[in-house]
Amino acid sequence: MLEADNLECVRGERRLFAGLGFRLKAGELLYLQGKNGSGKTSLLRMLIGLLPPEAGEIRWKGQSIKSDDFRADLCYLGHLNAIKEELTPLENLLAAARLADEELSDDDALDALEQVGLAGREDLACKFLSQGQKRRVALARLVKEKRPLWILDEPFVALDVAAVDWLAGIISGHLQRGGLAVMTTHQLVDIPAGTVRELRLS
Amino acid sequence: MFKIITAVIGRDLKLAMRRQADIVSALFFFIIVVSLFPLGIGPEPDLLRKLAPGVLWVAALLATMLSLPRLFADDHRDGTLEQLALAPHPLGLVVTGKVIAHWLVSGLPLALVAPVLGIQFDLSADALIVLTFAILIGTPALSGIGAIGAALTLGLRGGGVLVSLLVLPLYIPVLIFGAGAVDATVTGLGGEGHLSLLAALTFASLGFAPWATAAALKIALE
Amino acid sequence: MKDRFNLYRFASPATFYPLAGAMIPYFVAVSVVFGLAGLWLGMLVAPTDFQQGEGYRIIFIHVPASWMSMFIYLVMAFWAAIGLAFNTRLSGMMAQALAPTGALMAFLSLLTGALWGKPMWGAWWVWDARLTSELILLFLYIGYMALTAAIDDNRRSDKAGALLLLVGVVNIPIIYFSVKWWNTLHQGSSVNLAKSSMATTMLWGMLLMAMCFWMYSIAIAFMRVRTIMLERERNTEWVKAVLTGGEK
Repeated sequence: MLEADNLECVRGERRLFAGLGFRLKAGELLYLQGKNGSGKTSLLRMLIGLLPPEAGEIRWKGQSIKSDDFRADLCYLGHLNAIKEELTPLENLLAAARLADEELSDDDALDALEQVGLAGREDLACKFLSQGQKRRVALARLVKEKRPLWILDEPFVALDVAAVDWLAGIISGHLQRGGLAVMTTHQLVDIPAGTVRELRLS
Repeated sequence: MFKIITAVIGRDLKLAMRRQADIVSALFFFIIVVSLFPLGIGPEPDLLRKLAPGVLWVAALLATMLSLPRLFADDHRDGTLEQLALAPHPLGLVVTGKVIAHWLVSGLPLALVAPVLGIQFDLSADALIVLTFAILIGTPALSGIGAIGAALTLGLRGGGVLVSLLVLPLYIPVLIFGAGAVDATVTGLGGEGHLSLLAALTFASLGFAPWATAAALKIALE
Repeated sequence: MKDRFNLYRFASPATFYPLAGAMIPYFVAVSVVFGLAGLWLGMLVAPTDFQQGEGYRIIFIHVPASWMSMFIYLVMAFWAAIGLAFNTRLSGMMAQALAPTGALMAFLSLLTGALWGKPMWGAWWVWDARLTSELILLFLYIGYMALTAAIDDNRRSDKAGALLLLVGVVNIPIIYFSVKWWNTLHQGSSVNLAKSSMATTMLWGMLLMAMCFWMYSIAIAFMRVRTIMLERERNTEWVKAVLTGGEK
């Protein structure tokens, strides 16, 4: 479903990688590994279509990812939380869904916040939350996320052990439903379901 | 199409309401700048009446500039802008929503206080009406054109000054027709011609600027 | 990529660098020839104006400089469009190499306009529609140079600059029209710069000077683009070969 061919990435004057390619099928997870500055984030930004590759092509369902249809299948979680400090967790979740053109009812949003352990804090502006809690607000998006392709940049950072297990469960649920995921990580987390593949950038 | 535009407007207005200090400071900047001119040039009513259209419009341009650097910078810093760019509708529509929201919190308040400031400059009732109307229909163009500059300078050092350098020359037609409308009313020529040209500028920039802005944002996000 | 478009071959810095280097002396020579001919026509042959005396001869600099300042902006916008459409590296470099020359021409036009204005209108500066538009054009050049200088990443700098140029080129007619409108409203007697009954020798003089400026602009833009190429591609093989093999 997700195919990358012969990708080349040049940042500034450095060539980070060239001739990179992979194929990812339904139910598969791709771990991107590599040192800082090896181009993991650049590769992710290529996969979501924000960074045009110097050479090579990326296809989703056989079509170039430049088409608008691709973005309707994509859920991206960057290393920034993409939440607004002035809004409450509930408002953030609902606003993000509306802007991404997704259906999300108030009950679903409250349920998602409860799952990430933010019950009782739905109506507190996010600026009063801790870093870990803010990250959970961002991750709460994934609970009800039905889009088939998840691209996650360092999703396990700043999470405690219980939350890491919970997130691993969410991701394996996604893979079991036939979803795909690409993620970067420093710590290898065991994902119970799906085929896990690794790609090491050096 | 309208759903996404209203969604963006709704979110930005809600954010603006939680940070009212920003709106109020830009508004007071406008009021203070306009009030400084009589102190600099003397209180003769004839002179003030002659200068009022230009002074009010230049102050309106500067007040709009003040809020431009933050138009995309906040969304850029917290990662929301990436999410907006990845949403499955054209980015130009999202920008249209942001431009409209920007006008509602920056241009509209200027139009509302303009008649009060016009009285300080001894403008006639006719001129006050035309002034308010001109600022009302001219400021959307300022938000639209300004968005291009804000997107081009996103994340650069000294972005604020750079925006002024890029955008102020492009504001000149709005300034000329906006101030011209009031001037023509004061001198009894009638400002309708100016106003219709001003409206044409606003329509053209609202149709064209969001797409140029979207292209600039994509360049900035690479 | 190479097969798709033959132009791509010349758009590659490695090919263009020696080509530009070889052409610079010719453009300089042609520029000097046109310049001498133009000055000879303008300063010695053209008749003294019975109203303005000898002072009017500054138009042989003023008018060609104004023409070039507008023309160079159009050329930059052309490169910008090419660069955005085909993603060629050379286009952005050409636009950035031309900008200082364009700004210089706009400045020269304003300066000579002021020098001419003093004896003509008794003031260094009048808010004439053409001078005002020229001033705004200078602002546009400065904005472009400030933007491209503020962006460190070359690719983003080229693309953002190109977009600004296209926005500028769409706006220039609107700005010019509005300034003219403003000018006719505020000034009862419009100042007519160039008389329509211009002597043929004067027209020829201006055309020759315009050619001189044109060739000068090309030569200087080539010199600048060569420097930009060396700087941007300093880690590539061809630049190393150029630098170790001596300047060509």
